[in-house]
Amino acid sequence: MSRNDYQVIIGLEIHAELSTKTKIFCSCPTEFGGQPNTHVCPVCMAMPGALPVLNEKVVEYAVKAGLATNCEISRDSKNDRKNYYYPDLPKSYQISQFDKPLCENGYVEIDTKNGKKKIRLERIHIEEDAGKLNHDDFGGGSLVDLNRAGVPLIEIVSKPDLRSAEEVESYMRKIKSILEYIEVSDCKMQEGSLRADVNVSVHKPEEPFGTRTEMKNMNSFRSITRAIEYEIERQIDVLEDGGKIEQETLRWDDVSGKTFSMRDKEDAQDYRYFPEPDLVAIKLSEEYIENIKNTLPELPESRKQRYLQEYELSEKDANIITASKYLSDLFESAIKVCNNPKSVNNWIISDISRILNETETEPIAIPFDGNQLGKLVILIDNGTISSSIGKKVLEELFEKPRDPEDIIKEKGWIQISDEGAIKEIVMKILEANPQSIADFKAGKDRALGFLVGQAMKETKGKANPKMLNEMFLEELKK
Amino acid sequence: MNITELTVHELQEKIKNKELTITEITKAYADRINEKEKDVQSFITTLTDEAIEKAEEIQAKIDKGEIIGDLAGIPIGIKDNICTKGVKTTCASKMLENFVSPYDATVMDKINNEDMINLGKLNMDEFAMGGSTEYSYFKKTKNPWNLNKVPGGSSGGSAAAVAANMVPWALGSDTGGSIRQPASFCGVVGLKPTYGLVSRYGLVAFASSLDQIGPITKDVTDSAMLLNIIAGHDERDTTSEDMPKKDYTKCLKNDVKGLKIGVPKEFFAEGINQEVKETLEKTIQEYKNMGAEVEEFSLDIAQYSLATYYIIACAEASSNLGRFDGIRYGYRTPEFKNLKELYKKSRTEGFGDEVKRRIILGTYVLSSGYYDAYYKKAQQVRTLVMNEFNKAFEKYDVILTPTSPTVAFDIGSKLDNPLEMYLSDICTVSVNIAGLPGISIPVGVDKQGMPIGMQLIGNRFQEEMILNAAYTIEQKLKFRENYKLQ
Repeated sequence: MSRNDYQVIIGLEIHAELSTKTKIFCSCPTEFGGQPNTHVCPVCMAMPGALPVLNEKVVEYAVKAGLATNCEISRDSKNDRKNYYYPDLPKSYQISQFDKPLCENGYVEIDTKNGKKKIRLERIHIEEDAGKLNHDDFGGGSLVDLNRAGVPLIEIVSKPDLRSAEEVESYMRKIKSILEYIEVSDCKMQEGSLRADVNVSVHKPEEPFGTRTEMKNMNSFRSITRAIEYEIERQIDVLEDGGKIEQETLRWDDVSGKTFSMRDKEDAQDYRYFPEPDLVAIKLSEEYIENIKNTLPELPESRKQRYLQEYELSEKDANIITASKYLSDLFESAIKVCNNPKSVNNWIISDISRILNETETEPIAIPFDGNQLGKLVILIDNGTISSSIGKKVLEELFEKPRDPEDIIKEKGWIQISDEGAIKEIVMKILEANPQSIADFKAGKDRALGFLVGQAMKETKGKANPKMLNEMFLEELKK
Repeated sequence: MNITELTVHELQEKIKNKELTITEITKAYADRINEKEKDVQSFITTLTDEAIEKAEEIQAKIDKGEIIGDLAGIPIGIKDNICTKGVKTTCASKMLENFVSPYDATVMDKINNEDMINLGKLNMDEFAMGGSTEYSYFKKTKNPWNLNKVPGGSSGGSAAAVAANMVPWALGSDTGGSIRQPASFCGVVGLKPTYGLVSRYGLVAFASSLDQIGPITKDVTDSAMLLNIIAGHDERDTTSEDMPKKDYTKCLKNDVKGLKIGVPKEFFAEGINQEVKETLEKTIQEYKNMGAEVEEFSLDIAQYSLATYYIIACAEASSNLGRFDGIRYGYRTPEFKNLKELYKKSRTEGFGDEVKRRIILGTYVLSSGYYDAYYKKAQQVRTLVMNEFNKAFEKYDVILTPTSPTVAFDIGSKLDNPLEMYLSDICTVSVNIAGLPGISIPVGVDKQGMPIGMQLIGNRFQEEMILNAAYTIEQKLKFRENYKLQ
C-alpha cells in the first residue's frame, strides 16, 4: 500500500485579524506591538462589571468578507459565549458566534494543476482574539499581555474540500488576496494577523472519511505545507501499521519538522456555548447589505480578466500581479503615469519580484509607490536612462524611495545621448582596440558587442546603447 | 427633629429652607452608623470620615452659591457589587476581599454628578446569590425590626441600612428579587426597574439577562427621585434602552380611580403565610375602596418561573464568574504546582458554598448533552412567561402579589436547606424572567411586628403605573407613621 491508495481530506479554519482601528468590544486601539498591557481598558481586561459593546465596523468588515466570498449574509445573527479557562482569555469566555454566524454557504475558486476548483465555505463568523502569554525568564513564571485581547477576528471555515497541501496553499493565498482587496485585513502572517487551524484526515477511497487531527495557529505557507505533508505521511503510517488515528489537537514544530499531541483526552473541551446576554441580536437590513455590496472593490479574478484583455498580459503574469492587491495597485498606478503596461509588468514580474524574494519582503512592504515606478519607466522610454541604469534606480527606490529623476541627477546617471559626446567615446574605444576592428572586418560580429560593452564601461553605463551601436557600425563600415 | 428619620424629599425641603445644612445631615448619619452598625452589621466598607469631608466641601460650595443640584450633599449607601473607583468592591466575597475597581459604574457616575455623598458599601449575599444576606463572606446583617431575623437578600445590607436609618436611601441590585424581597422583610420600598432602564455597566454581573440596579428607599417619592437619577440609556451597555428621559415624580397622583389591578390567584395559594395573605387581602380592599378595579386571574405559567429562573441565572453566573480565576485580580491561592491547580485552589478557596453550588448547577445545564433539556427549555419557558404577562397586561394596568410568601425568617433557619431558601424568591423571579418592573412596599406587620410587603408589577417601562399605585396606597396606609421601628 502506498500514499496513492489514500485520499486526503483537508478543511481549514482561517483566522484573520480585521484592520479596524479599535477593538471589537471596546475603543482600545488594535495596533500591533506597544508595551505590554498598554492597549487595554476595563472591558478588554475583563474587570468585574465591564460590558462589551459591539464595534459596528467589525460587522461591516465581516459582511464584506462574506459578500466577496459568495456567502449568504444572515439578516438575524447573534453573539455567543465560548467558555474555557486560559490565562490569555481574561473573561474565561470568548465572545464568538455559534449557531447563527454572520455569513454562510460561500465559495471561492482556486487554481489547481487540474484546472479551476471550487472550495466551499461553511461559514464566516466574528469573534475576539485572546491576549498573549510571554513565557520567559520571569523567575519561572509567565506574564500575560492583553494588548491583543479583543482584537477583532473573522473565522473563515471551509468545507472539507481540499485534497493536498498545494490546494491548501492556493486556497489560503486566494483568501489572503481577497481580504487584502476588500481591505478588511492586512493579512500580515508573520504578525499572526492571518493564521489557520488545519484539519487533516486520510481514508481509502471506498471507505468513509477518516478521523481528523487538527493543527492550530499555523502562520506561514511553508510550515503549513510541511505540516500537512508530514501529517498525511504520519496518518498513513499509523493506519498501515494497523493503528488508529486519535482525534486530537496537534502542535507543529517547525524545527523538528514533526507534529506533537497538545492535550490529553482527559481535557476534552466542552465549551458550553450559549447566547451572549450582554449583547443584543445583530439585525441587518437589506439596505445595509446592499450598501456594503455597492462599496465592494474590484476583486482579483475580475482584475485578472481585465489585465488579460486590456493589457494583454500573459495568464501567468496576470496571476502573479493580481494575487497581491499591493502589487496590483502598484501596477495600476504606475501605468496611469507611464502608459506602458508591458514595461511595468516586466519590472514587477522580474526585478521587483526578485528583490522581494531575496529580501523576504511582502508586497505590502514595498516602500515606493506607483508614481515613482511609472516615472522610472518614462525615463527609460524617453531615453534619459538605459535599462541597466533603471535597475540601479529600482534598487535605490527600495533603499530610499524618492523621485527617480532626483535619483539620477543626484547620482549623475543621466544617459549620454549627445551625438558629439557619443562620437568622442566611439573614437576613443576604437583607437584603443584595433584588434576588434580587424575581427569585425574579418566577419566576427561579436566584436561589435565587445566594443559597445567597452564604451558602456567607459561611461559607467550612461551612454545611449542604441546610439553607440549605430555609431560603431557606421565607423566600422567606413 | 430626628434627621436620620427623614426621607430624602423631606431633607431636601429642610435644606432649601435652611433648617439643615449638608454637614449636619452627613454628621447625623455618621453618628447613626456609629450607634447602630454594631447591631445591624449592614456595611462592608464605611466611608463616614470621607463623607463628612466631602459634605464640608459641598457645603462650602453651596454657601458660595456654586452648587445648584437638587440632590447635592444627600448621602447614599451603595450595594457592594456596584463598582466604585478607589473604594473596595467586594461582592461580599473572599474572592474580591481587597479588590478596588479602577473605574466607576455608570450609576456611580450619575450619583457623583449629582454631588451625592457615598456613606459606604453595603453587605449582601456573596455575588448577590441568596435571599438572606447570610451568604456574605464578611458578616451576617440583622433585620433592624428584630435582630434575630434575616434582612432578606441579596441586597440585605442596603434594605437594613435604610430601615435602620443609617442611610437615607441606597442602591441595590435585583436578579430574582434581591431588591424587593429584602425591602419587604425590612419594611422599606424597593424598586426593580424594567430590564434595560438602568445601565448595568459596573454592576458585577451575576446573571446578565436578569440583573438590574434599583433604589431602596423609605418611601415611594424617594424611589421615584432616585430612579430619575439612575435611569437612562448608556452607550456602554447595549442592553440599556434608548428612550426619552422621564420625571418619575410627576406620576405620583394619589389617585387609583379606574386603575385595573389583576391579582394572580397562584400567588396566594400554597405556601403563603396566612397573615401575609390576610394583610394583602386588606390592602386589596383598600384599593377597591379608592376606586380601583380589582380582578382575580390565573397566571399559571408562574409555577415554572422558579425552575426557569434557577437554570438561566445559574447558567449565566457560571460563565460570568469565570473571570475570577486568580490570574489578574482577586484572590489567588498562595501555593500551586501548575495552572490547573492555581485555578482549582483559587476558586475553591475564594468562593463560598452557595456560589459554588450555582456555578456547578449552571455548568451542568450548559453542558453538551444537557443543554437542550435544561437551558434551551428554560429559554422557551421564559418566552411563555413573557407571553402570559403580555396577555395579562392587555387587561390590567398593574399586577398585585405578595413580595414574599413569608415575613423575615430567623437567622440560620434556612441555611441547611437551599431549596427552601430559593422558595422565598417565588413571587419575585417571574418579574425578572419577563424583564418587567416591580416594586415592593410595606403594607402592614404580622403579630410579631415583622413587616409585610406587597409587590406591584407593571408592563415594560410602565414604572409610572406601579409608582403611582404604590404611592396612593402608601398615602392611605401611612406605614411609616403607624409602624415605627423600635
